[in-house]
Amino acid sequence: MIRRAVSTLDQRTGAGSILGKALKYVFPDHWTFLFGEIALYSFVILVGTGIYLTLFFEPSTSQVVYHGSYAPLRGQEISKAYESALDLSFNVRAGLLIRQVHHWAALTFVAAIVVHLMRIFFTGAFRKPRDLNYYIGLTMLMLAVLEGYAGYSLLDDLLSGMGLAIGNAVALSIPFVGGQLGTLIWGGRFPGTEAFMSRLFITHVLLLPVAIGGLMAVHLAMVATPHHTQFRGRGRSETNVVGTPLWPAYALRSLGLFAAVAAVLFALGGLVQINPIWQWGPYEPYLGTNGAQPDWYLGWLIGALRLMPHFDVVLGSYTVVPNPFWGGVLFPLLVFGFLFAWPSIERRWSGDRAQHNLLDRPRDNPRRSAVGAALFTWVATIFFAGSADRAFVQFGVPYEGQLWAYRAASFVLPLLAYLLVKRMCEALRRSEGHPGEGSAPVIVRPAVPHAAERASPLVDQRPTAGHQARSPHK
Amino acid sequence: MIARLIRLGRWLWRIAIAGVLLWLRRGKEPLPERELPASPRAEKGVAALLVGAGIAGAAFALLYAFDEANTQLLGVAAAVALGLLAIALIVASHAIVPQETLSEERPRFADPAAERGTEVEDVAMRAREGVDGITRRRLLGAAGGAAAVGLGAAAAAPLASLGPRVGDRLRESPWRDGTPLVDENSRPVLADDLTVGGFLTAFAEGSDKRDLASSLVVVRVRPEELELPPERADWAPEGLLAFSKICTHAQCAISLFRYPLFAERSPGPALVCPCHYSTFDVLKGGRRIFGPAVRPLPQLPLKIEVGHLLAAGELSGAVGASWGGVEEGS
Amino acid sequence: MRRASRLAIAATALVLAFFAAGSLARPPSQSTSRPSPLVEEGRTLFEEGCSSCHGFSGKGVEGRGPSLIGAGEAAADFYLRTGRMPLNQVGDEPLRAPPHYPEDEIRALVAYVGSLGEGPAIPTVEPERGSLSEGMQLFDESCAGCHGTGGKGGVAIGGYAPPLGAATPTQVAEAIRVGPYLMPRFSAAQLSDAEVDSIARYVELTREPDDAGGWGIGHIGPVPEGLIAWLAAIAAILLVARLIGERGAGEPTPKRGEPRR
Repeated sequence: MIRRAVSTLDQRTGAGSILGKALKYVFPDHWTFLFGEIALYSFVILVGTGIYLTLFFEPSTSQVVYHGSYAPLRGQEISKAYESALDLSFNVRAGLLIRQVHHWAALTFVAAIVVHLMRIFFTGAFRKPRDLNYYIGLTMLMLAVLEGYAGYSLLDDLLSGMGLAIGNAVALSIPFVGGQLGTLIWGGRFPGTEAFMSRLFITHVLLLPVAIGGLMAVHLAMVATPHHTQFRGRGRSETNVVGTPLWPAYALRSLGLFAAVAAVLFALGGLVQINPIWQWGPYEPYLGTNGAQPDWYLGWLIGALRLMPHFDVVLGSYTVVPNPFWGGVLFPLLVFGFLFAWPSIERRWSGDRAQHNLLDRPRDNPRRSAVGAALFTWVATIFFAGSADRAFVQFGVPYEGQLWAYRAASFVLPLLAYLLVKRMCEALRRSEGHPGEGSAPVIVRPAVPHAAERASPLVDQRPTAGHQARSPHK
Repeated sequence: MIARLIRLGRWLWRIAIAGVLLWLRRGKEPLPERELPASPRAEKGVAALLVGAGIAGAAFALLYAFDEANTQLLGVAAAVALGLLAIALIVASHAIVPQETLSEERPRFADPAAERGTEVEDVAMRAREGVDGITRRRLLGAAGGAAAVGLGAAAAAPLASLGPRVGDRLRESPWRDGTPLVDENSRPVLADDLTVGGFLTAFAEGSDKRDLASSLVVVRVRPEELELPPERADWAPEGLLAFSKICTHAQCAISLFRYPLFAERSPGPALVCPCHYSTFDVLKGGRRIFGPAVRPLPQLPLKIEVGHLLAAGELSGAVGASWGGVEEGS
Repeated sequence: MRRASRLAIAATALVLAFFAAGSLARPPSQSTSRPSPLVEEGRTLFEEGCSSCHGFSGKGVEGRGPSLIGAGEAAADFYLRTGRMPLNQVGDEPLRAPPHYPEDEIRALVAYVGSLGEGPAIPTVEPERGSLSEGMQLFDESCAGCHGTGGKGGVAIGGYAPPLGAATPTQVAEAIRVGPYLMPRFSAAQLSDAEVDSIARYVELTREPDDAGGWGIGHIGPVPEGLIAWLAAIAAILLVARLIGERGAGEPTPKRGEPRR
């Protein structure tokens, strides 16, 4: 019966050989290689729940008087967008569940990408031939953050409306073109025209999902073509892949992971409240609430905006760089720019321009791990600074004092992280002793000498205890 | 309470499964090999899990149809169904289906040192062959570049229709000399509405309340406290001060007013923005005293006629966040 | 007459005199001749515990404490019942604490402070007569900037806007009229008593908001939501991944310059 099905398909599409390759396709098994799939499955859940939500949401800023089931809002003038979201939450069966699953999935999606990015970075998986794929992944991260921001801003509640006002100010702050850009996107001064809401909607439900989905397909294809990387080990080399075939074991594991992600998200969606827009109330440009925060993946930007000291760059009477630029544009540009540039930087730094299909453990490249730890610490410090006001309210730590502490920490902690992680990696390597002891790994080498063998004299040749430096193989 | 118990239960279940799987997977090695681990016990377990998932899924459908849209129960039913399915699939993938470790050759492409280098040469040569026989390559190239720039500009130009002219829009304001102040219900604001230490939100009569330039925050201080610059000496009748409500940092509404009950041992009167905590001194005409804002808060001169508050001029600066065309210190 | 009956008549006369005096007694703030016993008790307590900063007769002490003349019963009642006064140290920010004085002493002190000039009496608040919808709107316009829309408190640079969970309706109304510490003041012309009723009713709601979505996780928005996403969702899913996949991160990358075996 299976043969008949495959034969039917093959006669019409010629897909027989592809299916054969696909079923035998070998996946290395390490658990950290599943992080990308976590992001993928979160995205699938986002699209599924999102399609359901589009059937109920009305992207319109026209004002109506609320007469629905939530008493404190009755009689207030709100937008149709906000009203349709309230209606979905209170009057549609499973509407609130789907809305909350969607929002939890968004938070999890970006978190999974970050965890996946860290795995890629610390194991050196971004090296040739995968650096192009790494750029695609970084692009997807940026788009995912933008997509989440657009999504929760559609609802026109007080919290997200304040976030849009800040977004407009950040757009305006771009030197020279900011004024044009800000008024272009919003159709005038903030809060803009009715057209802005429909453009935001189309961006969120069509343009960005298609972009992310398309890039994801390319991303997966570019993983499959050279095959997935793997850690060193018995029987593993730069030219082979050792692991589990797609069918049956890996497919079931992957589907099991999908079901697990879905289970966690539905559990949260039903049991833990997220974005209770009825408690925030509707957005008006003349209303503001204390303690307004963006979703977590924008927390680093609110931290940067609050920490930056108060200076603009002014030429004569012309403001060249308004203050929000530093925290809202320059800071993320620096972080992403560094991440994009890292493969090239590392190639130049280490002189290693070869292709790599075997992964490093984080300790195997102390400098890379230390740099990654320093960058992460820098971003994390600024991220935590963004919630200093809640820390003041909960724990009584003076707010102004916290700002100064975080400013100092953003210089000191990354440096400390660099030194600490570098030392730790080197110490871990040393403590492993001579690689010749214990089980002898069998590593198949390619017949032609690698470019790596023609090492430049600038390469770090510091021997550590227990290793004997030998001359490179000619 | 029940929600917490449910989550605790799920954690315990996960740990139990973890224990089971760890026990099943002890001592595995990743060499090419094939194992058939299926046992009647494992198969029965997976079957039970799948049936359980099916029951939970049916429960979801029934709850949806017959219960009053209880989000929590629906969520738990869905989570249990998906969770049992996940466990069934994972247990099956380790303990039922054949376990294989295979080794596959990687495709080797464009390795600078490998044989496939010739393919790169082929591609490069083919590309170069495409321009055989063309003599004026530079001329054609330059002309092509000119065409690209022109056509690119033509393609990008219509984008500008999406937005209006910048400077006029960002500088618009409904405030003129004599414009009355109204509250959220469009009723006139009276001077007596505010007591010393009070604050309220006001708008320009007849304007759209969503217009950033329209919204004001009006506060009252004791006239003897004022320290306004000389050119604004008459901007605050009876100690009433009006400022734009929109923060000059990132355009949030300035909705905090602090006014000390005992000025000798407290910070002075100020307006604070809740987004990044830019603080503006009201006694000195809206000057920034804390936070990331740079430009002072635009102040509106006031006058009182027949007890009503009216504007006595225009705002002292541009409303909202700074952009390239705004003047510093305005 | 017998001595006993003379005593009886004198006692009766005394008792009648007291009743007469009592029925003629005016509210403390209007008393001009003889203050009531409550006010007297309050004066004694005041001189013991408050005059070092607020001065004798509540005139205030420069650099230490404000004058309480005209502060009214509302202010005294608010500060004493919420334990904000007495302060431990001059210049401290008054924060909610268990009241320092027992109930009867509070009443005495309130009566005394109320007798100093004309100040606002303790407001009568009837939250059940207020409108939730009006209350939410007014709260968002006038209060949320410091206290947050959910009444969970906030930063007011230079001060702390407290969470409102412990505030009784009377205290809400008192704070609105008095404007304690750095809080602004709202007169009856700006917020009528009926509007204050509505605000008090809304504040009561914020103690138990409608959590249709499940566990409210503090009602302060994206910060706890992000914590749950990382510490619950991602942690659980990573655990599942660890159960599915292989553990052990393989073997060391040989250092540059070493032969590969």
